[in-house]
Amino acid sequence: MSILGTRVVRTEDPRLLTAGGTYVDDLRLPELAGAARVTFVRSPFAHARITGIDASAAREAPGVVAVLTYSDIDDIPPPPPPPEGGPPPGSEAAPMPLGGPWQEPLLAVDKVRFVGEAVAIVLTDDSYQGEDAAELVVVDYEPLPAVVGIGEALAGGTLLFPDAGSNIPVAHPAGDLAFDGCDVVVEREIVNQRVAPVPMEGRAAAACWVDGKLTVWVSTQNAQISRFILAGAFGLDPGTIRVVAPDVGGGFGAKVGLDRDAIIVAWAARHVGRPLRWVETRSENLTGMTHGRAQRHTVKIGGTRDGRVLAYRLDVVQDTGAYPRMGGFLPTLTNLMAPGPYDIAHVVAGYRVVVTNTTPISAYRGAGRPEATAAIERAMDLFAAEIGMDPAEVRRKNLVPSDQFPYQSPCGALYDTGDYIGGLDKVLAGAGYADLRAEQARRRERGDVVQLGIGVSSYVEITAADADNGETARLVVHDDGTATVYTGSSAHGQGHHTSWAMIVEADLGIQMEKVTVKHGDTDEIPLGTGTYASRSLQLGGVAVHRANLEVKEQARKLAADLMEASEADLELDTDSGRWQVRGDPGASRTWADVASHAGAEGLTAFVHYTDGAPTFPFGSHVAVAEVDTETGKVTLVRHVTVDDAGTVLNPVLTEGQRHGGIAQGVAQALLEEMVYDAEGNPLTGTLADYATITAAELPSFELLVSETPATINPLGAKGIGEAGTIGATPAMQSAVIDALSHLGVRHIDMPTTPVRVWTAISEARASQ
Amino acid sequence: MKVTVTVNGRQVAAEVADRTLLVHFVRDVAGLTATNVGCDTSSCGACTVLLDGQSVKSCTVLAAQADGCEVTTVEGLASEPGEMHPVQRAFHAEHALQCGFCTPGMVMATVSLLAENPKPTEEQVRSGLEGNLCRCTGYHNIVRAVLAASER
Repeated sequence: MSILGTRVVRTEDPRLLTAGGTYVDDLRLPELAGAARVTFVRSPFAHARITGIDASAAREAPGVVAVLTYSDIDDIPPPPPPPEGGPPPGSEAAPMPLGGPWQEPLLAVDKVRFVGEAVAIVLTDDSYQGEDAAELVVVDYEPLPAVVGIGEALAGGTLLFPDAGSNIPVAHPAGDLAFDGCDVVVEREIVNQRVAPVPMEGRAAAACWVDGKLTVWVSTQNAQISRFILAGAFGLDPGTIRVVAPDVGGGFGAKVGLDRDAIIVAWAARHVGRPLRWVETRSENLTGMTHGRAQRHTVKIGGTRDGRVLAYRLDVVQDTGAYPRMGGFLPTLTNLMAPGPYDIAHVVAGYRVVVTNTTPISAYRGAGRPEATAAIERAMDLFAAEIGMDPAEVRRKNLVPSDQFPYQSPCGALYDTGDYIGGLDKVLAGAGYADLRAEQARRRERGDVVQLGIGVSSYVEITAADADNGETARLVVHDDGTATVYTGSSAHGQGHHTSWAMIVEADLGIQMEKVTVKHGDTDEIPLGTGTYASRSLQLGGVAVHRANLEVKEQARKLAADLMEASEADLELDTDSGRWQVRGDPGASRTWADVASHAGAEGLTAFVHYTDGAPTFPFGSHVAVAEVDTETGKVTLVRHVTVDDAGTVLNPVLTEGQRHGGIAQGVAQALLEEMVYDAEGNPLTGTLADYATITAAELPSFELLVSETPATINPLGAKGIGEAGTIGATPAMQSAVIDALSHLGVRHIDMPTTPVRVWTAISEARASQ
Repeated sequence: MKVTVTVNGRQVAAEVADRTLLVHFVRDVAGLTATNVGCDTSSCGACTVLLDGQSVKSCTVLAAQADGCEVTTVEGLASEPGEMHPVQRAFHAEHALQCGFCTPGMVMATVSLLAENPKPTEEQVRSGLEGNLCRCTGYHNIVRAVLAASER
């Protein structure tokens, strides 16, 4: 029996549990002996002119090696020219900063545009000295009016980039849509708030230069992409750069590639001729690492009184923060997925991107798709409320039927396979939907203080959106019968080492204990893309599978030669991992025998798998919430989900991905928001203020099984990494609103904090 | 000032700056890097260790305060090298870790929680671990692991 699809606990864990991981701050390498610490001096102003920097006192402080500012960066080439017409479409592969008038400098030149922008760096022998010396760097700021929020950015009263003439770097606004034939049309503005990714390990990088070769250790999801970013920044041949991703303490999209902070660390290491290490503090992380979401939606939905949705219009404004990094690209995914899992005849979607004096926006678990789902799911609920129909029933009436796949969406996506209605029915049955509605009715009847809310969401998402970039794998079978996989994919918690070893065992019968998986070192693996957009298994896993098959065919020839049999008569017994003449297990050869018989080139194969295409996981969630109508406090009591990501390789791992995503989705719906005051000061700049969700605020989750295989790849796999945030966020928000619907509450923006809920209740009661 | 701490049964003595935090003493002086720093407000618990058997956030304790005390980190939890403590085994079996960064602190907080309450309810586990953040697991499998460990 194949190991695929079985519950296998992770091979990664014993080391992490007993010795701890080796994150950038834990590296004790000879190359980093004597590494100085990098401490960033960051802007305390959201928008200001820099009129002077005096580092003389800092330079005299104990342990200071150097204090460096923009004026010291005279030894790297200017940034490449901007791409024509804005960011290239269709790829999440690299951050896409806009150049030209929107250019983001490595260190602030004469202006700062967000609190947390890097202004100078202090290099010291230890980190305590760094914090002291950074305080002594005197920067003269002349404050400018700050642009905070989408409304102010669009108004354009203050421009972040006067040379650009506007605060809108990209504009493809939604066109008009006639809502002909609609009995009911509902329109509303919805905020999808700015949140912080908060990987438990913040950003970190170390760098050294030896004989002209740069080595950078960085907490990244993509060592290979990082290498190309560095090569571009320094004008160097990528062959002279080694990037290593050691253990990475979570990424969630915010560690795609590497930030300019890491480029500065690498540059400074060359500038001062000493290895350097930078590990950001959490407070630094909350303003320096990119944020996610930060969209404003205007949704308009129309349909018939019997529940059929006929038309939907979504207009997105993306706050991309102070500089257009990947935030300029994210709304294209929101537009692409605008109609969600519904068969709606007429859909238009568009977007504008605005700059504000806040931390730049980039990917965060879902990256544009949770926003699309949140918008359409709110719209469906508003429509259901308007026509007085059960929200689950409205969904069932509009979900793409199973006989319609592959389904061409009006926004350009080709949904590959699915059973959307089956998924909805399964989750409703699993949640006991009818019983929940009955309990809700009883509480309403009794006028209970604690009301029950039931939130339903259905979603479809796109994973491996950039499948044509593909992924690499190299397999080597060694003379002792062990194997090594070199993957271009990149692990930071997902369990690649376990999964890839399972694929080798399933294909070749080499037990997974004998399989070593390596990732994240560009000297060993120069070509690769890495991990984002839920792409790993369906691209990187398939690449491993393909490499297995190539090795298997090489081995067949070698075994035939060894056994003096014809290749056609040989078979591989994947249970025992032995080659044998068909039907005659008596005389067989092991992988060690076969590998030892290979020539000098060894038994190895390299695959760059680019034949994939994006896949479209789907599912439905039910959140059950209790809402205290006197205090506004919300408690999530149950969360039931169907998340169908095709064929499951290891249920243990897919469940883990779902759990984590659900928690982050619930967190956005209930608690988390990066808040700025009118001057652009972050009010949630520490973990004491930012409401990261804890164990005490969550129930155990109820996960239901659904597997509709993808047909585009041989593993049948779709991505699972982001399903949780996509499905859970709107279900949770909806549950809160649903608990109060009998009071006349139709909408509460996220996060549905007690004060917002209480205010909504008060306003609804006042208007009755 | 001179500080002497017994870390995982080994006496470590060093001259350190007065303001040295216990977590940095453990990581940089004792050379045990499993214990991580995840925040600067005592919010996340990644740095949790046992100080004379009680869980503390070692980013909020001065090394000087630990002078003469015993500190246990996740590296010192198992009775034998190559073995795992029941809590570590439960975390492995229940897939209670992903990226691993919060894990040493989470395991130590769990050891402390179970020492105080050997048979906690799910609710007690959840409130008991409120001071330890995990961004990967949604806490679901951590809670299961703690409950499983409590039954061993």
